[in-house]
Amino acid sequence: MLVLLILHLVAALVAPLLVRWWGPRACYPLALAPAAAFGWAVARTPAVRDGGAVVEAYPWVPQLRLELALRLTTLSWLMTLLVGGVGALVLVYCARYFAAGSAGLARFAAVLVAFAGAMLGLVLADDLLLLYVFWELTTIFSYLLIGHSTTRRASRWAAAQALTVTTFGGLAMLVGFLMLGRHTGGYHWSELAGGGLPAGGYLVTAVLLVLAGALAKSAVLPFSGWLPQAMCAPTPVSAYLHAAAMVKAGVYLLGLLAPVLATAGPWRPVTVTAGLLTMLAGGWAALRQCDLKLLLAYGTVSQLGLLTVVLGAGTPKAALAGTAMLFAHALFKAALFLVVGAIDHSAGTRDLRELSGLGRRAPLLAAVGTLAAASMAGLPPLVGFVAKEAVLAAFTDQPVVLAGLVAGTVLTVAYTARFVWGAFGTRPHAERTEPQPVPAAMLGPPALLAVAGLAAGVLAGPAGALLRPYAELFGPVPEHLALWHGPTLALGLSVLALACGVALFALRGPLAPVLARVRAPVGGAQGYEWLTHRFDRLAIEVTSATQRGSLPLYLGTILLVLVVVPGGAMLAAGPWRQGVPLWDTPLQPVVGVVSAVAALLAVGARRRLTAMLLVGVTGYGTAMMFVLHGAPDLALTQFLVETATIAVFVLVLRRLPERFSARPLRRSRWARRAVGAAVGVVLAGLCLVAVGARTAPSVSRAFPDLAVSEGHGRNVVNVTLVDIRAWDTMGEISVLVVTATGVASLIFQRSRTGPRPRRPRRPERPAQRGPQRPVWLRGGPTLAERRRSIVFEVVTRLLFHTIVLFSLFLLFSGHNAPGGGFAGGLVASLALAVRYLAGGRYELAEAAPVGAGTVLGAGLAVSVGTGAFALLASGSVLQSAKLDLWLPGVGDFYVVTSLFFDIGVYLIVVGLVLDILRSLGAEVDRHIEAAGKTERGLIVDPQGRRP
Amino acid sequence: MNGSGATLVLVVLVGVLAGTGVTLLLERSLTRILLGVVLLGNGVNLLILLGGRSGDAPVVGTAPVDRMSDALPQAMVLTAIVITFGLTAFLLAVAYRSWYLTGNDEVQDDLEDRQVAELAARNELPARDLGGEGPDGDPEQVDPEPHLRRQHRGETP
Repeated sequence: MLVLLILHLVAALVAPLLVRWWGPRACYPLALAPAAAFGWAVARTPAVRDGGAVVEAYPWVPQLRLELALRLTTLSWLMTLLVGGVGALVLVYCARYFAAGSAGLARFAAVLVAFAGAMLGLVLADDLLLLYVFWELTTIFSYLLIGHSTTRRASRWAAAQALTVTTFGGLAMLVGFLMLGRHTGGYHWSELAGGGLPAGGYLVTAVLLVLAGALAKSAVLPFSGWLPQAMCAPTPVSAYLHAAAMVKAGVYLLGLLAPVLATAGPWRPVTVTAGLLTMLAGGWAALRQCDLKLLLAYGTVSQLGLLTVVLGAGTPKAALAGTAMLFAHALFKAALFLVVGAIDHSAGTRDLRELSGLGRRAPLLAAVGTLAAASMAGLPPLVGFVAKEAVLAAFTDQPVVLAGLVAGTVLTVAYTARFVWGAFGTRPHAERTEPQPVPAAMLGPPALLAVAGLAAGVLAGPAGALLRPYAELFGPVPEHLALWHGPTLALGLSVLALACGVALFALRGPLAPVLARVRAPVGGAQGYEWLTHRFDRLAIEVTSATQRGSLPLYLGTILLVLVVVPGGAMLAAGPWRQGVPLWDTPLQPVVGVVSAVAALLAVGARRRLTAMLLVGVTGYGTAMMFVLHGAPDLALTQFLVETATIAVFVLVLRRLPERFSARPLRRSRWARRAVGAAVGVVLAGLCLVAVGARTAPSVSRAFPDLAVSEGHGRNVVNVTLVDIRAWDTMGEISVLVVTATGVASLIFQRSRTGPRPRRPRRPERPAQRGPQRPVWLRGGPTLAERRRSIVFEVVTRLLFHTIVLFSLFLLFSGHNAPGGGFAGGLVASLALAVRYLAGGRYELAEAAPVGAGTVLGAGLAVSVGTGAFALLASGSVLQSAKLDLWLPGVGDFYVVTSLFFDIGVYLIVVGLVLDILRSLGAEVDRHIEAAGKTERGLIVDPQGRRP
Repeated sequence: MNGSGATLVLVVLVGVLAGTGVTLLLERSLTRILLGVVLLGNGVNLLILLGGRSGDAPVVGTAPVDRMSDALPQAMVLTAIVITFGLTAFLLAVAYRSWYLTGNDEVQDDLEDRQVAELAARNELPARDLGGEGPDGDPEQVDPEPHLRRQHRGETP
């Protein structure tokens, strides 16, 4: 069975290629895939004839207890025959239906074969989850097939509607399956069926959900709106999906589950009510259609309602009748759709108001169509008659249902007569149709199906024997299928229905106003449109109620939640720390007061620069607190970062207005301050709670020993960064790389990887002043005269290399003393910043003649490379090792491999700052120059352009 | 100075920094928001640091191990400081970009959200995305128009 599924998959994959080579004729070889499924099912007939099963199972996702469990029993055998047989015939039909070079034919052929495969999987699946997977696959493929004409709006609309409705049903069904499987502990239907059912509301809910899926797929009310819409699809698709295969999936599921679930809760009331209503409404609607295809579509809806009633009933007689009806319907409806396609193809229309005299002009087509239609109307000796007899006989003990079924049959007879009359009759007013000859490949498939219907009718006895094992699941079967049971009630009702149906058709003229007036209050399309419209409206309302678009409002909401929920929990149960000292050293309150005052002043500051400097004070204050806490590494980093931050701030603030814009809303200020105060209090409280909540000794107690023994370093913080918790650092430097890229991409409107800015080769100014004047910084002369500071340039020139050397010292000594890659990188960055501030953007290019991206990339590569190398060498990522080395003149020394990781960190920090200087510094300078506002710029090229 | 880590002064400072930071965060000027982030960052860094005890510098050999301050929160805060720096630079770039494009660095209300709110007030839909493709609008639809209209034209078959 798996081989068949794979065959379909392969055929679907090669289909586009074949279509490219052979055009529509590629459908002939593609038909072999479903034909193989048909042949295989025929060959397995002996195995299932006595109620046996063919089983295959392959493990798939054992954690979900999901298996590729396939199982062929009578019902799935019947469906396999239909899916394979009709599929093969439809593909043969397609070979002539489509003209050579039709748009999208390659996709169509592939999807149709894939659909056949999915449908085969659906009917063979024993695992309910697997069934669901195939179920949704058929939904998706049917979406693609219905929407075949991608340029037509109606086609896209219909495809979307079918997708939405059936997916909705499918999801509901999945929940139902999960509920059933949860209860019994497995998803194999064959085991689940014997495992005992849940009870009460749980079962009712599960059954209703599964029914929703089945009814939506089979277009039974209230889900039937999508099927008539789906008639936009090419006719072969309608013949296959909407007659033989996909819409049958729903009733197949009913038939599969009925042996167990038919007695459960709402099953029977729902299937009988929905089915009967659908049968009557669909038949009634079919009576007023002028498009032959729509007429058949509504007829299909009606028949699906009938099948829902019969297969859902769950009695032996009904089960036998249901399978016969399923078989009969697939044969005659697929044949009729194919006939309509042929009419459309040869006459150029399928509107029965425009067709006339086709019966005489195309007698063979008319014969095939009439034969299939006779089966639909239930005329002997066709299989439709046998099935209808059996159905009526199965419900003789339920008069209400029986009456409904007879009424539905009357409608069926009437719309069948309308179909034959419309397609092949001669109308006096209409112009006589001049059909093109119908090719054999388009006549053969429907003829074969129609003749099969005749053969199955004549051979009703043996055919019924094959279906008996399914009916026996419900108990002993007293009936058998036959053309002649003697003068029974069912026969009488059949005759009555035929007579009434013919009468109804004969009265079509006088009845036309009634037909037009009595219709469903809401059509399928309108109902769906109304529903989706309401949904959109709901989304708009909800969005507008919850998303006001105001950032302060969002943040305020989040912060209030922080205050209320963790703050409330803290008040309720916080383990408060007892006996917190006022301060460790007397310096702490001094620094604390200064920082707090600066922070409070920063809130009220009106000038940007003032606010920034006040915030800087709190940063330095925090650094002092780090010192007092006993964290020299932190303090060093904080001091350096604070300085770098101020430098970067100044670069941007030179462009922004000096003062903050005056805010008109003064009322909200107090709200903001209240939120701020509340958050401050809660965080301070959380601080105390967090400190008091420790119940176990800190893991870091062991760090000093580990640092020496494993990390080979004495600075515990640095060893933590590059060894013990090196993964954290790895993540963090990746973030830095992303940040740097983000900054650059926000500022650069051109690629930043282009040639770096070059200092003008022949600066005019020094040339005027004479060459004897010493040049301290080569980029200096590019600055405007009043921006230059010779003292600054001289100091920069003298200090730059010393600072860089110091940064390297911090880097290398960081493993054993305060320092490390972060601190070293920041020092080197500050050196670069000084060069830029003293000499402008050309000086920056002189100082760092490489792209920031190169530095960042090199840093990341070195860090990752260290980790990867350790993985290769020791089998553990970022594992550090100590290398003992000797150099002449130096003597013995050792290198810890984590140093290389730290070098990567160093490079990334330098790259980050370099990128910031390039973006917020040099590139912003260029913007200023381009805007012609020279007074705010750090650098002014006197010529205003580069040579 | 081998203490528990948390002192009342530090706890209060955490509260003040966080409170002022949040107040600035709720502003509309990106510069102020950014300064708020920096203040909040300083406060939270201190908060994390207080998770470990204070003491001598955690450098083996300079002090007895049991008098050292806790190294783990320090390592965490160290990376946090540098990340805050990166975030500051990024937000500054955003502020600059905002100024470059609009002439100020104020965060405006989201335009789309405002449009949605207006639509809701008028009880309308945006573009009828699926609804706009209703079958009525298409001349090629199989069932081109309601049956009643055809009836009025006297086209009853």
